[in-house]
Amino acid sequence: MKKEIMQGNAAIARGAWEAGVKVAAAYPGTPSSEILRDIAENYPEIYAEWSTNEKVAVEVASGAAIAGVRAMASMKHVGLNVAADPLMTLSYTGIKGGLMIVVADDPNVHSSQNEQDSRNWARFGKIPMLEPADAQECKDFTKIAFEISEQFDTPVLLRTETRVAHSDSPVVLEDRVESNIVPGLDPKDAPKYVMVPINVRVRRKAVEEKMKKLEEYANTFKYNIMEINDTSVGVISSGVSYLYTKEVFPEWSYLKLGMVWPLPKKMIAEFAKKVKKIVIVEELDPFFETEIKAMGIKIWHGKDVIPNMYELSPEIVEKALKGKKYKEPKIRVKPEDLPRRPPNLCAGCSHRPLFYALKKLGAFVFGDIGCYTLGTAPPLQALHTTICMGAGIGQAHGAMKAIGKDALGKVVAVIGDSTFLHGGVTPLMDVVYNKGNSTTIVLDNRITGMTGHQEHPGTGFTARQEPTNAVDYAELGKALGVKSIRYIDPYNIKETMEIIKEEMNKDEPSLIIYKNAPCMLLRRAKPTERFKHPFYVVDTDKCRGCRMCLEINCPAISWQEGEGTTKDGHKRKGTTYINRDQCVGCEVCVQVCKFDAIVPGTK
Amino acid sequence: MKNSDKTVNIFLSGVGGQGTILASNILAEVFIKAGYDVKKAEVHGMAQRGGDVTTHFRFGKKVYSPLIKYGDVDFLLSFELLEALRYINWVKPEGKIIINKQKIFPPAVNLGQVKYPEDVEKIFKKYFKDNVWVVDGQGIARSLGNVQAANVVLVGAFSNFFPEINPEQFVEAIKSLLAPKLHDLNVKAFYEGRKAL
Repeated sequence: MKKEIMQGNAAIARGAWEAGVKVAAAYPGTPSSEILRDIAENYPEIYAEWSTNEKVAVEVASGAAIAGVRAMASMKHVGLNVAADPLMTLSYTGIKGGLMIVVADDPNVHSSQNEQDSRNWARFGKIPMLEPADAQECKDFTKIAFEISEQFDTPVLLRTETRVAHSDSPVVLEDRVESNIVPGLDPKDAPKYVMVPINVRVRRKAVEEKMKKLEEYANTFKYNIMEINDTSVGVISSGVSYLYTKEVFPEWSYLKLGMVWPLPKKMIAEFAKKVKKIVIVEELDPFFETEIKAMGIKIWHGKDVIPNMYELSPEIVEKALKGKKYKEPKIRVKPEDLPRRPPNLCAGCSHRPLFYALKKLGAFVFGDIGCYTLGTAPPLQALHTTICMGAGIGQAHGAMKAIGKDALGKVVAVIGDSTFLHGGVTPLMDVVYNKGNSTTIVLDNRITGMTGHQEHPGTGFTARQEPTNAVDYAELGKALGVKSIRYIDPYNIKETMEIIKEEMNKDEPSLIIYKNAPCMLLRRAKPTERFKHPFYVVDTDKCRGCRMCLEINCPAISWQEGEGTTKDGHKRKGTTYINRDQCVGCEVCVQVCKFDAIVPGTK
Repeated sequence: MKNSDKTVNIFLSGVGGQGTILASNILAEVFIKAGYDVKKAEVHGMAQRGGDVTTHFRFGKKVYSPLIKYGDVDFLLSFELLEALRYINWVKPEGKIIINKQKIFPPAVNLGQVKYPEDVEKIFKKYFKDNVWVVDGQGIARSLGNVQAANVVLVGAFSNFFPEINPEQFVEAIKSLLAPKLHDLNVKAFYEGRKAL
């Protein structure tokens, strides 16, 4: 028996491999990104792709499943919103080979734009959902998801969250077992897959029958586990919430739900009879609570004490259930008095000069989701909306239609390369078609940055690093009908400002694209090769301590207090200092300094 | 100390890029090989961009929660002074603190808006008396020729708290997680760290 310590995401990848999965598709999103990366790196038996977006990923996976192989798609919670369209109808058509869709929630929004509870998709879409608590369960539940999928002719959702996806625990490894379904497509199956009304009505009934059978199955599902200990309190919980509660109240009785939809009503009723008082511990929405209350079961505690937002933890559960009896640990230092350490754009990042330029132009910037969202942080503060992938382009268009010609020269949409392909192409088409006049800037740094460097259709490489076509953004813009297409070198602030100003003022759609500005962490693009000097230093003969260079928020630049004078006699309260280990020589601060006080360094 | 059936809670904290994740991976390998149940949770995603990084590491006969309960930390192993101080309230009164002496200024300090906290060591000693150890990870690593190995120096120092584990088991874990060309340096860093307490 081989045991290994694995991250939840790696265990899902392993489970997929062991289950005989043949096709895996995903769009990166924290905390789900490692699943597909792990498959691409470790399991050559599985075809693995980074899809253009989550909707495409689910379509690719479901096509494979209809063709009779086991297939999966993985994404973060908000990704499922994008993929909801195919998902909601796949619930009707069913599949042939097993189909699993992994959705990774992010309670406490460690790295997301909202905190939605994906269990609601299971109820809404009439789709079974499993929720593992640790890495071993990630693997086991993945394998069982494919069995359920094939047995009940339905896609299956596997819900994880940050503390499951990004936690490591021991996993027992097993061998791969190939599926015994013979792959192939049969035109005679059309009534099952063509969702026109006459067929839909038939399948609609099949959905209800499926859910009824699944509820029966849930009552005997081996991962819905009753642990009867002290019967004074019985906890109904799932996933990591179960682990937190078990940690602080090991003596109580538990009903741990491995399948969170549909609920095992018979089992729940039975559990309620065995214990005196029921407590429901669940993160985010009162999902179980609403259902269990509707069954007529009396609850001692649920969302009356358990928070319905942010994440749970052992002490939050303990405090909620013990009330005044909870003993708060001693406060030795108030953490709020300590300096924070927020994330920042890397030294040399091409987004820094771009946002500095946009700030100087005074533009209202409709933003998007990626590293460049950090452009909203002080002191740059030059990004003014972030809703979802692709939103900024349509919003800039809508705002300009609302305000009219007065908005010319004042509004711009910015979007990353991966994000543009994910959700930005259709709104740009809309801008052109509807005679808009907004300006879109594609911040093309040649990679999906924030989630850890995944390939996309614009990078020229597949998930397995094979060379492939790279989308030409200018050609794409041209095909959509954009006439005014320009490139910018964001490291040249003056020229960047001129071009953006010109394009924002044009009464027609404009598309601006970064030229040669790859992510600083993307080694293959040799991002620092374009810079003339390896690093810069502050010439203290000239630095007047005006702090202008601090306005770009470069992690390599810091303030050094100390009264003094420049060589030509200007009094100052301090100077800035450039950390040569961090400086990459991007020259952005050089352009910002009005006194030529930042000069090439010598080793 | 004797680590029988009780779950031991280790909280690691540092700054993105300091190698806290490698350190927690070494611990995971060691304690799983020693037959314990292990759980490890970290928040990353934006770690490369200079944010703070924390790992909850727990081992014992059977470990439930991946997160340590607030106030229940047995060992605080910190790679940076401010990042140690940030989690001081998490440590049990009888907990042990092992801190790397390094200071990395956060942006607000760099911009001159706030001061970096002074006397971090003193604050810890005030509350934890003799249960505080400060290690010059960078200094020791530099003397071995590569400042990058400071994280493994810290792991070496920390290994002293687990006398039931043969140091060779740490070395084995280090070798299994690093490329062969890094073995010599890091094994030396481990043993130098072990001598540092």
